Amino acid sequence: MHKSVIMAAVVAAGFSTVAFADGHGVTVGVSWSDFQEERWKTDEAAMLGALEAAGAKYLSADAQSSATKQLADVESLITQGVDALIILAQDGASIGPALDAAEAAGIPVIGYDRLIEDPRAFYLTFDNVEVGRLQAAAVFEAQPEGNYVMIKGSPTDPNSDFLRGGQQEVLQAAIDSGAITIVGEAYTDGWQPSNAQRNMEQILTQTNNDVDAVVASNDGTAGGVVAALAAQGMDGIPVSGQDGDHAALNRVALGTQTVSVWKDSRQLGRNAGEIAVALAGGAAMADVAGAGEFTSPGGVTVTSMLLAPQPITQGNLNLVLEAGWIEKDVLCQGVSGLAVCE
Amino acid sequence: MSGGLGNLIKTLQIDTRLLGMIGAFIAISLVFHVATGGTFLTPRNLFTLTLQTASVAVMATGMVFVIVTRNIDLSIGSLLGIIGMLMGVIQVQILPDFVGFGHPSIWIITVLIGLVLGAVIGGFQGWLIGYLTIPSFIVTLGGLLIWRGGAWWVSKGTTISPLDPNFVMLGGASGTIGVTASWGLAIVGSILTVLFLISTRRKHISHGFAVKPLWAEYALGAILVGAICGITAIMNAYLVPTRILERRFAAEGLEMPEGYTEAYGFPISVLIVLFVTIAMTIVAKKTRFGRYVFAMGGNPDAAELSGINTRMLTVKVFALMGALTAIAAVIASARLGSAGSSLGELDELRVIAAAVIGGTALAGGVGTIYGAILGALIMQALVSGMGMVGVDSPLQNMIVGGVLILAVWIDIIYRRKTGDA
Repeated sequence: MHKSVIMAAVVAAGFSTVAFADGHGVTVGVSWSDFQEERWKTDEAAMLGALEAAGAKYLSADAQSSATKQLADVESLITQGVDALIILAQDGASIGPALDAAEAAGIPVIGYDRLIEDPRAFYLTFDNVEVGRLQAAAVFEAQPEGNYVMIKGSPTDPNSDFLRGGQQEVLQAAIDSGAITIVGEAYTDGWQPSNAQRNMEQILTQTNNDVDAVVASNDGTAGGVVAALAAQGMDGIPVSGQDGDHAALNRVALGTQTVSVWKDSRQLGRNAGEIAVALAGGAAMADVAGAGEFTSPGGVTVTSMLLAPQPITQGNLNLVLEAGWIEKDVLCQGVSGLAVCE
Repeated sequence: MSGGLGNLIKTLQIDTRLLGMIGAFIAISLVFHVATGGTFLTPRNLFTLTLQTASVAVMATGMVFVIVTRNIDLSIGSLLGIIGMLMGVIQVQILPDFVGFGHPSIWIITVLIGLVLGAVIGGFQGWLIGYLTIPSFIVTLGGLLIWRGGAWWVSKGTTISPLDPNFVMLGGASGTIGVTASWGLAIVGSILTVLFLISTRRKHISHGFAVKPLWAEYALGAILVGAICGITAIMNAYLVPTRILERRFAAEGLEMPEGYTEAYGFPISVLIVLFVTIAMTIVAKKTRFGRYVFAMGGNPDAAELSGINTRMLTVKVFALMGALTAIAAVIASARLGSAGSSLGELDELRVIAAAVIGGTALAGGVGTIYGAILGALIMQALVSGMGMVGVDSPLQNMIVGGVLILAVWIDIIYRRKTGDA
C-alpha cells in the first residue's frame, strides 16, 4: 500500500519532469506594472505565442502603476501555483519582498525590460549601449569623416549616457585619427523635440553650418534636428534615431533620417516566454542560451540577456512593414521612387 | 550728468523700466557676442532668436492679463500640447480625406478649429474659477494634468508628422514675406507711428493736458522709426542659405544664376507676435475690457462694487488666454513640422517667468504687454546664448532660475525707489 503510493508519486514526479522539459503543464505568471500602456499588448501577444508553442499556461496581473499592488499581485500569482514569474517592475528598488516570496516557493523570476537590481532575477532587455553603437555605426557608414554633432537624451535619464557611451565606442578610432571632429554636443531636456531643435539651431549658427552628420539619440530628438537642418537646406545629411516612431520611419523613407534603431517588442516578449519555460523546467539561469552577465549601475551583477536591436535604414524598411509595425501609407507618405513603397 | 540724462528721459516720457529691460537685453547679447566669438549678434542668430521666442511671447501677452487679475494659468503648456495634437490630427488624418493633400483650405480650417478649441477650453476653466470660485491655481493645475494626458490619448503617444506644407509656413523659416514686403511693412508701420504721435499730441492739447516740447516729440518719433527700420534691416540682412535656393531652382528645373542671393525678411510667426502685441496693447489701454481687467486686478472688491461683472470678466480673460495658447500651438507645432505629445511641456513656467521678468506683479493690478514680450526675449536670449557657448542644459536651467529671481528683486527695488505701485 505504502509502496504503491510512493511508486505512484515517483512515477508522477518522473512524468512531470519529462513534461516540464517541453513545457507541458507549466504555468507562467506575468506581473505587469502598467498594462494600460499600449505597447505591452504587443509584448503580451508575443509572450502568449511563445508559451502556447511550448504548451505552457499563462496567468497575469496588472499593478496599475502601483508598486504596492504589484507585491500583492506577485504573491497572488505564487499562490495560484505558477512555475515561473515574469515581472515588469513598477519600481525595481521596492520589488525585493516579491523576490523573497518567489525564492521561498522556489520559483524563478525574470525581470522584464526594466532592471531589477538583484542577482535572483534574470534580466531581459534590449541592449541600450548597443543601440548607441548601431546609431553611430549607421551614421559613420554614411559619413566616415567630417564634423559631427551629438544630440543626447535627457540629462536625468541614465539611458542617455549608455547610448552616448555606445556611440563614442564606434566613433573613437575615427576621432583619434582626426577623421571625425565633434563640433557640438548637447543634452535634450525631457527628450523634447523642440529642445533638440533649438540646440541644433544654435550649434548650426555657432559652426556656420559646418556640420556633416548628426548622431541623435532617439527619433523625437531626430525630428527636432531634421527641422533645424531643413531651415538651412541641410536636411539629407546623415541623422540617427531610435524607437521606430512612425514619423521617423517616414523620414527614413524620405531620406532625411539615416537610421532608426528599432527595438521589436515582440522579440522581447517571445524570448521572455521561452526563457520562463526553460527556467521552470529547472534550467539554471546561466544555462539559458545567450545569457551573460550584466553589471548594473548600482554595482550588482545579474544574469542577463541583452537582445540586439535592429537598425532600420532605407534598405530594410520592408522589415517594419512585414512586422505590421506601420501601415504602408503612413510609411510612404510623400515618398517617391523607393522600391518598398511601390 | 546723470541728472541731465534723467531729465531727458523724463521729458521724452519713456518708461524707465522699458529702458532697463532693453539695456539688460543688450548687455546679455554683448556678453554672448564676445563669448561666442562674434556669432550672437548676427542677422542669422537674431532671426532665429525671434523664431524661438514667438510661441512663448504670444502666450506671455495673455498671461499678463491673467496675472493682473490676480490669477495664474498653469495649464497653458498642456493646453498647447493637446491643441497642437488635435490640429495635427485634423490636418494630417481628417481634412486631406475630404479636400485632398496640401489643399489651401486645410490650414485655415485647422487654425480656426484650434482657436475655437482654445477659447472654449480656456473659457471653461475661467467659468470654474469665476463662477464656481475654485482657485485658479487649482483649476489650472488640474488642467495641466488633464490636457497633457489628453494629448497623449489623442495619438496614443505617437508623433503626428509631416504637417500640412501651408500650415508649416506659420511657424518657421519656410514662411517669410521677403525683402520688399518687409520694407513696405516698415514704411506703413513708421507712418502709422508718426500719425499716432501727432494725434496723441493733438488730443492732449484739445483736452488742455501738458504736452512734451516739440523737439522731444521729434526725437521720440525718430527713435521709434529708427527702431522699426533697424529691425527690418536686420531681418532683411539674413540671406536664405544657398542650398535652399539651389534646391528651389532645381525643383523648377532651372540653373541658379551665379552669385544669386535672396534674403528672408520678416517670418510670418514674428508678424503674428507683432500683431498680437499691438492688439493686446490696444485692448489693455484703450478698451473698456482692458480697463476693467486692471481695475479688477487693483482692487477686486471695489471693481465689483462699482458694477463690473468680475465673474464674466474672469471667463473672458481665460478664454483670451486659451485662444492665444492656440495661436502659440500653431507656431510651435508648425516650427517643428510635427506634433508630439510632449509639445509645450514646461511652457507654462517659461511664460509666467517672461511675464514676471517683464514687470507683471503677482500681487495683481500691474503689468505691460511689451514688458512680457521683452521678458520672453531676454529668457530666450539667455537659453540660446548658453546653448551656443556649450553650457549643458542642467546648468542652463540653474542660471535661468537665478536670473528670474534676480530680475524680480531688481523690480521690487525699482518700485520702492520710484514709489510705483
